[in-house]
Amino acid sequence: MLIPHPLLGLREAQEFTYLGDASLLDRPDGIADGAAAAFNDYVYLRENPAGLHRELWFHEQGDRSWLVVSRNTVTHEILGAELARDVAMRARRGGAA
Amino acid sequence: MKPIFMEDVLAAMAYFDNKMSVVCNFPVTHRATVLVTPCSRITELRYSALRIFKEALTGHRGWRPLWRNPDPQPAYDYVIVGGGGHGLATAYYLATTFRKAKIAVLEKSWLGSGNIGRNTTIIRSNYLLPGNEPFYEFSMKLWEGLEQEFNFNAMVSQRGIVNLFHSDAQRDAFRRRGNAMLLAGADAELLDREQVRAMVPFLNFDNARFPIKGGLLQRRAGTARHDGVAWGYARGADLAGVDLIQNCEVTGFRIEHGRIRGVETSRGSIGTGKVGVAVAGSTGRVMARAGMRLPIESHVLQAFVTEGLKPTIPGVITFGAGHFYVSQSDKGGLVFGGDIDGYNSYAQRGNLPTVEDVAEGGMALMPMIGRTRLLRIWGGLIDMSMDGSPIIDRTQVEGLYLNAGWCYGGFKATPASGYAFAHLLATDAPHQTAAAYRLDRFQRGHVIDEKGVGAQPNLH
Repeated sequence: MLIPHPLLGLREAQEFTYLGDASLLDRPDGIADGAAAAFNDYVYLRENPAGLHRELWFHEQGDRSWLVVSRNTVTHEILGAELARDVAMRARRGGAA
Repeated sequence: MKPIFMEDVLAAMAYFDNKMSVVCNFPVTHRATVLVTPCSRITELRYSALRIFKEALTGHRGWRPLWRNPDPQPAYDYVIVGGGGHGLATAYYLATTFRKAKIAVLEKSWLGSGNIGRNTTIIRSNYLLPGNEPFYEFSMKLWEGLEQEFNFNAMVSQRGIVNLFHSDAQRDAFRRRGNAMLLAGADAELLDREQVRAMVPFLNFDNARFPIKGGLLQRRAGTARHDGVAWGYARGADLAGVDLIQNCEVTGFRIEHGRIRGVETSRGSIGTGKVGVAVAGSTGRVMARAGMRLPIESHVLQAFVTEGLKPTIPGVITFGAGHFYVSQSDKGGLVFGGDIDGYNSYAQRGNLPTVEDVAEGGMALMPMIGRTRLLRIWGGLIDMSMDGSPIIDRTQVEGLYLNAGWCYGGFKATPASGYAFAHLLATDAPHQTAAAYRLDRFQRGHVIDEKGVGAQPNLH
């Protein structure tokens, strides 16, 4: 699989390590009410979709940036990639993640 | 020619069965108890050496398909979703051991079309943790009596497994694991370097980076014919009256007031009060139809087989410094595998970096296989759980039960998984060896994490 790195162009997936669902960017508030339940969902539960999956890849053997990669889990087709930082900033500003 | 009467055949079969029990040292307590089917049908379908003899004399006209191919009924008492190893084993034990009737197995494709036909056929009970080891040892004991139990040749071969270690720390860890195995009633032997060398002299003992220091041996472990296991359970379940319904995909669950009322399928709607889901890698998408998110990710695991060779590898060997394990099939092919690819996948095929990694592991361990040609590579969908251990439990929907999270250890667990799941479905209480496999153990902090790597499915 080749990942279209937004800064470096197409890179071999082997250069990356895989973390999982991009919802992991959305860490719950640790001091809010119901934080324990929210963290249980955050840490353990996954959508695990067959089809489009947005997921976190770390360019460990490259520029060490985190990417959010959109990939089809049924075909392994990679549909796009952007810097996780940009996704998180957009979410913080209230836009769609 | 003197006619052969049915009674003679039956008497001879009983005699032969008893002899076999003694000769093969199979426990007699595991003999089949088939209840629902009329006796004549069982007699007609039971396999034995005498049956082969009789068929040979009568032109082989008496062989029948292994199971019926029924259409779904409007309602059942029990519906098992998934006609793979675990689903078929569940239906088998539910019908025989737990004496339940009106059972259907719904399979979206053909029976045994998933991981039971894709694995590397290893059976073993060499786990460490108290939540796991008694369960896998229970499974190992069921394997030992399986062929007598369901009257089918599953080619269970207890040729042993040796887990190699390459450092003092690893030796300590394996000694601890061996002791845990002994405590759970399994067998374990710690071998030093020379004992391993006597057994498998062809390994690269003096690898500069990972010299072999010894191994943990479980003699009762081994391999089994994966398809034969599915067919044996399917045939046994069918004989006991279970409807095995193929090409029947579950498209939805009918849930009213938190209780299961039935399932919607590609072949119509089926009413039932109890549904057991055993669909391995498809767990996520099936349970999503019941509105559930689970502590599971689906990943792809690849396996490999080479051309047939002369008998070379006596048992199962696992490399302790990389992820590589190998055995030799009865046909001669080396069957081996390694790590999962490591990203979510429903593709049933993997990518080349993992192939390279596995080949490197193989070459580091036994350079002699370098010239062997690879015949096939394939991939299976595995349900990686958040702690690397399975789930056999109720769900928040009453009457809906889940059997999942087998990671890459599902095949060896097939008999015990089926037995424990049938126990849960029949009695609403967990089997004693599977009591730790609760769905809520993550929330409660009672994870069973053999490798201690935390909630990161691709590391288990």
